[in-house]
Amino acid sequence: MLLIYCPYCEEERSELEFRHGGDAHIARPTNIADITDEEFAEFFFLRDNPKGLIFERWRHIHGCGRFFNAARDTVSDKFYASYKAGEPKPDLSAVHPATEKTVETYEATEGTAK
Amino acid sequence: MRKYSVFAVAREALRGHKGWEPQWVSPEPRKEYDVIIVGGGGHGLGAAYYLAKEHGITNVAVIEKGWLGGGNTGRNTTIIRSNYLYDESMDIYEHSLKLWEGLSQELNYNVMYSPRGVMMLSHNIHDKQSFKRHIHANRLHGIDNEWLTPQQAKDFCPPLDISATARYPINGAALQRRGGTARHDAVAWGYARAASDRGVHIIQNCEVKGIRRGPNGEVTGVETSRGFIGAKKIAVSASGHNSVIMSMADVRVPLHSVPLQALVSEPMKPIFPCVVMSNTVHAYISQSDKGELVIGAGTDQYNSYSQTGGLQIITHTLDAICELFPMFRRVKMMRQWGGITDNTPDRSAIQGVTPVPNLFVNCGWGTGGFKATPGSAHLFAHLIAKGEPHKLASGLTLDRFRTGRLIDEAAAAAVAH
Repeated sequence: MLLIYCPYCEEERSELEFRHGGDAHIARPTNIADITDEEFAEFFFLRDNPKGLIFERWRHIHGCGRFFNAARDTVSDKFYASYKAGEPKPDLSAVHPATEKTVETYEATEGTAK
Repeated sequence: MRKYSVFAVAREALRGHKGWEPQWVSPEPRKEYDVIIVGGGGHGLGAAYYLAKEHGITNVAVIEKGWLGGGNTGRNTTIIRSNYLYDESMDIYEHSLKLWEGLSQELNYNVMYSPRGVMMLSHNIHDKQSFKRHIHANRLHGIDNEWLTPQQAKDFCPPLDISATARYPINGAALQRRGGTARHDAVAWGYARAASDRGVHIIQNCEVKGIRRGPNGEVTGVETSRGFIGAKKIAVSASGHNSVIMSMADVRVPLHSVPLQALVSEPMKPIFPCVVMSNTVHAYISQSDKGELVIGAGTDQYNSYSQTGGLQIITHTLDAICELFPMFRRVKMMRQWGGITDNTPDRSAIQGVTPVPNLFVNCGWGTGGFKATPGSAHLFAHLIAKGEPHKLASGLTLDRFRTGRLIDEAAAAAVAH
């Protein structure tokens, strides 16, 4: 279970209090009626699904009830930042190692099959 | 390939078991193949087998990062059924179920397919309406599915608590008698052996690091941890890592990868005769031939490649199991694991061509890929060989997210993932 820092409540709480809200920083087109089907599919369905650093929304549904954004590594599940909605994407190049160097859980623990 | 039979077992018993040969060979990679399949799980190995057998394409390599069946093929709860709601899903899962029925004979490998019946519990009026809708849809489609009263459900599965004072009372159940389980490892090994016998190269411990493209954008091969390997066609079937592989060819797919957990108990004598699923309280359970209770839990809510998962997820499932089957309250759990499932927005798979020439994808099987293995592999081989989908898989295109022709099994899932 994750421990998640809510930037509004300013404390770390259990994952049970939160609801995941999908990818962060996806802007809904302002001219939604005019865009093509391809553009709509890209906005609505297509995602990067990165193995490594992801920026995502969370909602502190059993706490303050507010949405905020967080940066997390999808291999280690470690959080690197948690920040209020509307704030820009933080630059994490200094604290987050490159994706290639991330240890993969099962290969690391079970070794490579011979 | 030496045929497996009761005579072979008897002969080897007399010879001290010295005559068994490796089930598949692991040759050095060639410089180029007609087809490279990325991902050595059941779907990829099966596609290689059907490419060789039905389409005569044997210059094929299956490239696997780890070991065969070490991903989701070996990490699921082995449930097989075809009682889906929509035509597109019923077509493909029923095609698969029919192949399951003859798979051991086809591969000369015992995949231990056991049609012991899959029973889905109904707890409230909404469940009842939904399941009856499924039953009618299935029967119109020629697929067996029937409604049971609580007492009939109890007769079919005696450990079930149907008393009125139960924490989760039961008002009926839907039963697909042809549903059941199979041995997951055997599926990967059986396909690998049969494919290898027809000349397919199986290359393990070889991670794909990039996809090389030609001047017209078409694929020309893969960069791997063992160097460049050329390919006229590339077929991606990498379950939880499909987004990662497809991004190497700059293709975005509508997937998110989440861990799905399962766990097994200590082994017991045969006590549980079928597969039972409950959507409403989220539990599914069966007993393996080793005697372990095989229990499936839910997915985590966030994207992750961690192959683990939150403890609260399995606790929730075990709470439900203990209420439905009070006799299991003191059973100890032995092992827990997670697999990374690639989920689409409509919870139906994607199998089709991509915007990149000669690159094909088989992804989005999400939390239900094992049961689809033979059918998916068979239709994927058709796609790779012909360059266009088989009519049974024609609805599963990547294009449906543009056209809006979704197959919304998300709303119809047997358990709420």
